[in-house]
Amino acid sequence: MTAAAWVRLTLVVGAILLLELLCRVGMIDHLTMPPPSEIMRDLVVLLASGRMNGAMLKTLLNVVIAFSTATVAGVGLGVAIHGMLTLRRGLEPLFATYYAIPVYAFYPLFIVLFGLGDAPQILIGFMLALVAVIMSTLNGLDRVSRVLLKTARMHRLGPAATAWHITLPSAAPYLLTGVKLAVAYAFIGVIGAEFIMSNTGIGYEISYAYNDFDNATMYPLIVLILVISIVVNAMLSRWEAALMRRRGNR
Amino acid sequence: MMSRIRRLNWNGIVLIGALLLVWQLLFEVAGENAMAAPVATVGYLLQLLGTAAFWSNVTATAAAFLLALTIALLLGLAIGFALGLHRFSAEVVEPILVSLYAVPKVTLYPIVLLAFGIGLPAKVAFGAIHGVIPMAIFTTTAIRTINPVLLKTARVMRLPPSVVARSIILPSALPEIFTGIRVSFSLTLIGTLLGEMFGSQRGLGYLLMTAIGLQNVRMIMAVTLLLVLFAASVSIALIAVDRRLHRFAG
Repeated sequence: MTAAAWVRLTLVVGAILLLELLCRVGMIDHLTMPPPSEIMRDLVVLLASGRMNGAMLKTLLNVVIAFSTATVAGVGLGVAIHGMLTLRRGLEPLFATYYAIPVYAFYPLFIVLFGLGDAPQILIGFMLALVAVIMSTLNGLDRVSRVLLKTARMHRLGPAATAWHITLPSAAPYLLTGVKLAVAYAFIGVIGAEFIMSNTGIGYEISYAYNDFDNATMYPLIVLILVISIVVNAMLSRWEAALMRRRGNR
Repeated sequence: MMSRIRRLNWNGIVLIGALLLVWQLLFEVAGENAMAAPVATVGYLLQLLGTAAFWSNVTATAAAFLLALTIALLLGLAIGFALGLHRFSAEVVEPILVSLYAVPKVTLYPIVLLAFGIGLPAKVAFGAIHGVIPMAIFTTTAIRTINPVLLKTARVMRLPPSVVARSIILPSALPEIFTGIRVSFSLTLIGTLLGEMFGSQRGLGYLLMTAIGLQNVRMIMAVTLLLVLFAASVSIALIAVDRRLHRFAG
């Protein structure tokens, strides 16, 4: 581990200890936030009880559906758009402004259209993730070296072989950046939607516990979500860095 | 240059036309109960904009958003400057910021509500949480990537810090900082609206939530349209400035 990583770890642990201290001496009162040690204990109890298994499964399933459909559709659309220059130019303003639009504003409309099931939440996660994948795919395809493509033509490689041996390895790190964003966005979209209005899932359970003044359930669930999203993101970032190295960047 | 601008406008017009067409087609499929047609929505929005009650909600959202954005930008700039000028601190803190960026921050909202109570401060804090992280990340990068030769030259010439800030740091970091402002703008807007949708008694987010309860489709569509128009037009303006700055900086 590098020196910076050690300092970072100390900083995080120190912050948690400070929170613990502030909670214990009553600077932060118990109704606002229980001490971190208590949250961890509650989390273990909550996970052991199995009470949240259904909600966790529901949320993860919806995230996986949103993320995987967005990835497949995003890569497909990215490849298609890459081949059509006019369409790409036409869509440019949409891509550029897409993430400025608060996508949750569409959630009420989706509830009216599809009912209060899983579909509106998955759709929000899908919408958030899709454009990130499309943009990364376009970026990746732009960065495939022309020389390699020309070499492939000289060696008379077929389209499938060219895609497999040249396009995919060159574009892979950028595609993975898209996938990483898609995972984060699918999480944010699905949980945000559950949180605003729904009847299942972790986001719903958190908001229910909040309305119920049930800090012993709310805080452990919040910590759980934070830990899961940070760990998943860190793992994907590592993989991305490894692919970048293999491609020869940095 | 002129032809470039014209092409962009032309693309924008075609895109808006296509989006309106899709909207109208969706309306034909979904029907009167689930959606409102484009023309009807615009009509209703204009009608709403004539009422004082609607304006009070618009100003409530605008006030919370502007306050949150100001806090996010100033705090983000301060953090970014500090980290950008001190390499080791940046190595320590940046990964923390990056992983917080990917976390579904909605889950933190109950904590913000418990800390600030329902009302303006909670909305502002939540909006600012969304905006401050990208601002800090972009500013850090902006300061760190300043050409070191320029800074060394300044030292050799014994320029006072105020001159260094004005004639070296600001011009070379500005384009990247501006990109940070752009991203921060959209995320702060999303954060503020999310805050209003979950725990608030005023504002456009609150209006959306009550409209779901009342199945008031016209209201949902009119408010969504207003938000999308606002976000998209500000974002287009910001992108235009952003591109000019980046071109200028070469």
